[in-house]
Amino acid sequence: MSKFEALTGNAAVATAMRQINPDVVAAYPITPQTSTVQTFADFVADGLVDTEFVCVESEHSAMSACVGASAAGARVMTATAANGLALMWEILYIAASNRCPIVMSLVNRALSAPINIHCDHSDVMGIRDSGWLILFSENGQEAYDNLIQAVRIAEHPDVLLPVAICQDGFITSHALERVEIYDDADVRAFVGEYKPQWPLLDLEHPKTYGPLDFYDYYYEHKRQQVEAMEHAQRVILEVAEEFNRKFNRNYGLFEPYRLEDAEVAVIVANSTAGTARVVVDRLRDEGLKVGLLKPRVFRPFPAEELADALSHLKAVAVMDRSISFGAMDNAGPLFLELAAALALHGVQVPMADYVYGLGGRDILPHEIERVYRDALRVAETGRVERRVTYLSVRE
Amino acid sequence: MTELRGWREIPIGGMILEAGNSVEYKTGGWRAFRPVFGEAKCIHCMQCWLFCPDSSILVDPENEKMVGFDLEYCKGCGICASICPVNAKVIRKAGEELARDDPRLCIRMIEEGKFQE
Repeated sequence: MSKFEALTGNAAVATAMRQINPDVVAAYPITPQTSTVQTFADFVADGLVDTEFVCVESEHSAMSACVGASAAGARVMTATAANGLALMWEILYIAASNRCPIVMSLVNRALSAPINIHCDHSDVMGIRDSGWLILFSENGQEAYDNLIQAVRIAEHPDVLLPVAICQDGFITSHALERVEIYDDADVRAFVGEYKPQWPLLDLEHPKTYGPLDFYDYYYEHKRQQVEAMEHAQRVILEVAEEFNRKFNRNYGLFEPYRLEDAEVAVIVANSTAGTARVVVDRLRDEGLKVGLLKPRVFRPFPAEELADALSHLKAVAVMDRSISFGAMDNAGPLFLELAAALALHGVQVPMADYVYGLGGRDILPHEIERVYRDALRVAETGRVERRVTYLSVRE
Repeated sequence: MTELRGWREIPIGGMILEAGNSVEYKTGGWRAFRPVFGEAKCIHCMQCWLFCPDSSILVDPENEKMVGFDLEYCKGCGICASICPVNAKVIRKAGEELARDDPRLCIRMIEEGKFQE
């Protein structure tokens, strides 16, 4: 039987980790992720899991230990945020390239400098080309559900890539919310037993991970990673379907809200999607045809599916919680990629980008309402007056 | 040259799934200097065999004597020449720099381009 508990997002993630019972967790504390591994360390100390918990001296070492343990044949998890993720950067590529199905809880926080511990998405956007799968979570429930699914996705023989599950630092990581926690046995049955195909600890079949790989084969190994990414989208959907059936949820590549008959839509990931949903309802009460699309899967980027879902709109407003400095119009990464996706799939809809919430700046319903009202005006005139707006920044 | 295989035909992630296959990787082509064996001077102490990083010192299993170099794998690093105790005992004048290819040496290192059979 599942039960409802009042949990922070981090406690929900730690609970998922307890139920998954990974062989190895190597992690270093960093705000706002710390309470995840701290809570999980309690589970280890209390004997509730069989996990080998490796306390390391940095995130670079944390991810290195994860790669080693994964190559050895262990089911491996970790958690980090912001500068911790940045310090892992070198090893993130190695984890993906060595095809280590590591699952990471990533609590999104602004990168320094100036130093800031609050939410934005600059950390995760820095790893978008690393070869990791990246999924967003609106709240603790989704972080919990996504983490459980991530194990199955990462370890699928057609994928074998690491997965990062994002949630918003403090906003959901530290907020108490109602989370449905499934029965331990059901979660364990869902994730199943990890059967690594090429474990280093299989001493009967000695093998090498990470050898020198020059101009003669390196490129072929990169091509294999592309193939795995292409399989990943199908696997994510298959795992979601099984998960939805078993736990009565509704996960897909993204979540549309009142989008079907909408004329304008906002695209926004993680916790702000929850606020935007309230704004949609309010504007719908006024008779305005507005909708919402909340991305769940960012890597692999479901370009065609997104283009399909947005093709009927008269205006699209993307909300980005980070900036791709120096990119076209200094826009945010979500906007840039979505704009390319729509253009290449023949969807011609006026688009604007709204950068918001950097360094944990609050994003309030009236600000999101302004985005919708801008979009409604664009839908009427067909003209985008300002391509990129830095929402609520003081002039 | 072995035939290069496509991305579908090779293990993922650069993994090498069979052990002991470095024998298939012929590193002799890396060599800029070739070790040349002065058999008459050799005392068969096996220091070169012990130190060679590429197992390229050939030893006659019958009489356990050093007989030469396996040039398919020898990268010409010169460790054998620098560890050789016979080389160390070559008598030279005060201040004389010993060339790496001096004929008095037991193991000489000769530039590949200048080597003649």
